[in-house]
Order: sequence, then structure tokens, then C-alpha cells
Amino acid sequence: MADGSTMVVGAPAATSPGPRQAGSMKQLARRRSLAALALCSPLILLIVCLKIYPTFYAVFLSMLDRKMNNFVGFDNFAFMISRPSFQLVIFQSVLFAVTAVILKAFLGFVLAHLMHNIRGRNERVWRGLLLVPWVIPLSLSTLTWWWLFDPSYSAFNWTLNMLGFEDIAFLGTVWNARLSVIAVNVWFGAPFFMIMYLAALKSVPEQLYEAASIDGATAVQRLFFITIPMMRNIILITVLYSLIVTFADFDIVRILTNGGPQDGTHLFATYAFVVGIQSGNIPRGATVSLFMFPILAALAFFVLRDVMKRNKEMA
Amino acid sequence: MSASATAGNMPAPKAKVGSMEKQRRMALWASYIALTFFVIIFLIPPFYMIITSLKTSAEISAQAGNPWIVQNPTFDNYWELMTNAAFQRYFINSVWVTAVTVTLSMTIAILAAFSLSRMGFKGSQVLSTGVFLTYLVPPSLLFIPLFQILGWLGLINSTWALVLLFPTLAVPFCTWIMIGYFSSIPKELDEAALIDGASYPQILIQIFIPVALPGIIAATIFAFTVAWGAFLYPLAYLYSADQATLTVGIVRELIKGDVFAWGMIMAACAMAAAPPIIIYTFLMDYYIAGLTAGATKG
Repeated sequence: MADGSTMVVGAPAATSPGPRQAGSMKQLARRRSLAALALCSPLILLIVCLKIYPTFYAVFLSMLDRKMNNFVGFDNFAFMISRPSFQLVIFQSVLFAVTAVILKAFLGFVLAHLMHNIRGRNERVWRGLLLVPWVIPLSLSTLTWWWLFDPSYSAFNWTLNMLGFEDIAFLGTVWNARLSVIAVNVWFGAPFFMIMYLAALKSVPEQLYEAASIDGATAVQRLFFITIPMMRNIILITVLYSLIVTFADFDIVRILTNGGPQDGTHLFATYAFVVGIQSGNIPRGATVSLFMFPILAALAFFVLRDVMKRNKEMA
Repeated sequence: MSASATAGNMPAPKAKVGSMEKQRRMALWASYIALTFFVIIFLIPPFYMIITSLKTSAEISAQAGNPWIVQNPTFDNYWELMTNAAFQRYFINSVWVTAVTVTLSMTIAILAAFSLSRMGFKGSQVLSTGVFLTYLVPPSLLFIPLFQILGWLGLINSTWALVLLFPTLAVPFCTWIMIGYFSSIPKELDEAALIDGASYPQILIQIFIPVALPGIIAATIFAFTVAWGAFLYPLAYLYSADQATLTVGIVRELIKGDVFAWGMIMAACAMAAAPPIIIYTFLMDYYIAGLTAGATKG
């Protein structure tokens, strides 16, 4: 790859001799687009070799038997979907992604409004403090959460005992573990929603609110008839994007529960890791990952449509 | 920020000045109280990380008293890690992988963005869309076929695997950010330079890069974040301790057996989280501007 980029740096120099040679404009244009293509070639190479090719290769892998000698068609898909443990993975992935994204979006919306209310008074400090969860590498903060949830040393349980409550087995039962995993994801992701929504809020023209106040609109009316319609697009894009990322999440579940208890918290990514890398069943692992594909593709389609629409409106 | 500051100083509407003013002050105080509450909740894990890192193993296992405070603060965990050869190894691995990833990603992204936003060729529109789509491909979708591919290349258990793969995660979004910044540069600027006989490399280096510096900072931080915090790829492809990066080194190697040295683990987390926190402290504004560029224009 290093070779590729150095080669390209050299390329446009050869074509630069200049627009003043009016001789053959057509040739110049061709040279120009050739140079443009050359500048993009490392990017194209990267996408083709390490994104597009692996996608097709994953489909191929998923159609092999365990020893990777024979072609078995869609047998792996049929097998996986008939297994109760995998059905549980589908259920948990959907539950995790949808619940976490709704909570993140709601919390982010509230935080953005609070930040907007204080109007730049020490905004950097407040924003910086609220962004800390999002800045710490997720695997490390999840480790800290694990330590906070530790069955025998949990600092949360110590606090609960102090307040007169009983211990909670945060990661001990399936539903507790599911909620804990969602809580960590919300903690990590809410700041991202906050900054996106705050930026959108700031772009809503102040005059709209003033006009509404003069017309006697209540705060709730202003929220539903000005703020939300004005932010609609960015709310949608952020939610769709976050659904993709949350759906494909790996770090939190891997570290916090590793799929347990009773395989109740596995997501597609962690399950694919256990099946494909740990147990060495590459075809089945590829199959598990590929189950994400239709959902991610559908979400990506909607993101793209919205982004394109915005770009057109802005142009 | 300047826009919102002026909005705050604007005189309140003339009617009902008194009650409006009072209402606003109430809302302000309520916001401060709510924000304080959220900040406290959000900072519990990092706070506890630091508290634990200052405790000895004896103090942790004794379970005497309040776990939220340190009785005998000590920096021993930090000193021990700093002189620990394995931990130094993880740190060096992370630094070199991140440095190469950032350099490679930014080079690829800047060249491509310049070409896509200014020069153009048949199919460049399709490529721009394709770049955005690849940004939406999460790492966990393709890690198994990539495992096989790395096997052919002989890169399993080598940090070179990460140097090869991290750009695939960073480049699409970096390119996207850079296209946005480059497109906002007025066309007249480079047209004038072209007429004066400047070559494309000159235009890129002397005009575009300096003007789009905020975008470059934002994209660089993104690439840094991706490479420094990545967990899945190093976990899947690097199995020996001497190749591990910080995230995997801490999660997999420091947690061994039943005896968890939590003081040391938390100290390691704090040290590994420090570089991103320092970077964000100083350059947060650029990063947020790059990230929310789309949100503010709508």
C-alpha cells in the first residue's frame, strides 16, 4: 500500500505542464481525469481489496462445510436459523440495538436541550465533561464497568447496601445482564447524540421561536412544531447510523458477559467470534456475521437516501 | 459558539419583561442542576477507575469501608506498570500502529478527497457514494473472511495486520470529512492559481491543505480514535502477548487466572485512556465541527 501512495504522488506532476498549452484541450482533459483517477487509486484499492472482496468471500465461506472442502449451499444458514441458541442471538441483537438507540436518542435530546439552555456559559467545560464516556476507548471503560458490577466487590452493591437495599446480581441473571449491557452502551453513546443534536439545535433560527412566543405558543408546542420538525433530518440520520453501529457492537458484550449467562446476551458479532475464531468453525462464523448484512444494508440504504437528499437541498 | 453567545445577550422581548426574565432564570438553574446530575452519573466509571488505580491489592481485597474513597493512596500501580516490560510493549505497539494508521489514512484520504472534490473523472460520483457506504460497514461484519485473508498473507499475529486493516475503518470517514472541507473552498481560488501556472500538487499543498487544516485535524483525530481504541481486530488476529496492543493487552493479558490485580488493571486503563483524553481536551472543537458539519447546515 505504501508503494501505491508514493506512486500516485508522483503521477499528477507529469500531467501538470499546464493549462496554457491550449493546443489540445481534449487531451488535457483526459490527462486531468487520469491524474484524478490516479489520486483515488489507493482509496479504490483499499475498498476493493479489503471491503468488497471480503464481502463476497464471506458469502463463499458461508457456503462451505466445516472442513472447508465441500460446497453445501445455504445449509449453514438453514442450520443456524433452526437452532434455538441462534434465535436467541437474533432476539437479543434486536432488543439490544433498538432499546439502546431509543434511550441514547432520548437522553441525547434531553442533554442537548440542557446544553442549549445554558447558552454557551462555560459550554466547553460542560460539553467536555459530558463527552468523557465517549472519549475513553470503549473496551477500557467496559472493563471498569465490569469491575463496578463485580459480584463480590461491586461498588454499586456497596452503595445499595448502605441505602438499605439488597444486592443486585448485575451480570448474574439473563435479564439483569441484558439491561446492564444496554446501560453501558447508552452511557457510551449518549454523548454522541448530544453533540449531533446540539449542533442541530443551534442551527434552528432564533426568530422562529420569537415569532412563536409572540403568537403565544407554549413550550410544548414550540418543541413539537418548531424544534422537532427542524431537527427531523439529523435525528433520523443519527438514529439510523447509531442503529448500524449498535447492532454490530462487539466490545461491551465480549468484555462484560462474553455472551453469558446461558448465552442470553450474545450479539451477532460476539457469537460470530465464538463460533468462527474461538471454535475455529470459519464457515459458520461467516454465516453468523452475514445474518447482519440484510439489516445493515437496509439501514444503510435509508441513511444514504437521507444524506443524498440533504446534499441536494444544500446544493 | 459566538452565535449562541450573542443570542444569549439579546434583550428579552419587551412584553412581560419581568416574568419572562424570571422564567428564564428558573430554566437556567434547572438546566444547571440537571446537567450536574448527568455529569456525575457519566463520570462514575472514570472516577472509580482512578480511585481503584490508587489502591493496593490489599486494600481492595480487605473490603473494609467505602469503596468510593482511597484510604492509602499510592502510585505503586502506575510505577509498576511503567517498569513492566510487557506493558511497555503494548504501549509501543499501540503507538506505532496508531501512528502508521493515521499517516496512511490521511494520505489516502487527502489525495482522494482532492481528486473527488476538484478534479473529477468518470465515475467519481459513484466513488463518493461508495466511500460513504463503506463507512457504514462495521468491523464485525467482515472480520472472519479477513481472518482467512490475513492467513494467506502470513499476517496473523502480527501488528502489520492492524496497519493494513485499520485504514479500512478510518479512510472512508476521513475522506468524507475532507471532501466536505475541500468543497467549501471557493473554486476561484484554485482557478486563479491554475491560471498563474500552479500545478495540482502545488495547489493541494499550498492552498488546500493550509485552508482545510481544521478538517485535517478533525479527520486525524478520527483516525487516531479508531486505531487507538480498536478491540475486535487485535483480539481476533493477535494471539501472543508481545504483539498485543493496549486494549487487548489490558483486557486479555492483565486478567489472568482468578486473582485479578484490579488496582493495576485500572491504572493500566487510566494510562491507556490518557492520550485520547489529552487530545480531545485540546482539539475537541475541531473534531466536533468536523463531525457535525452536516448537522449545522441543514
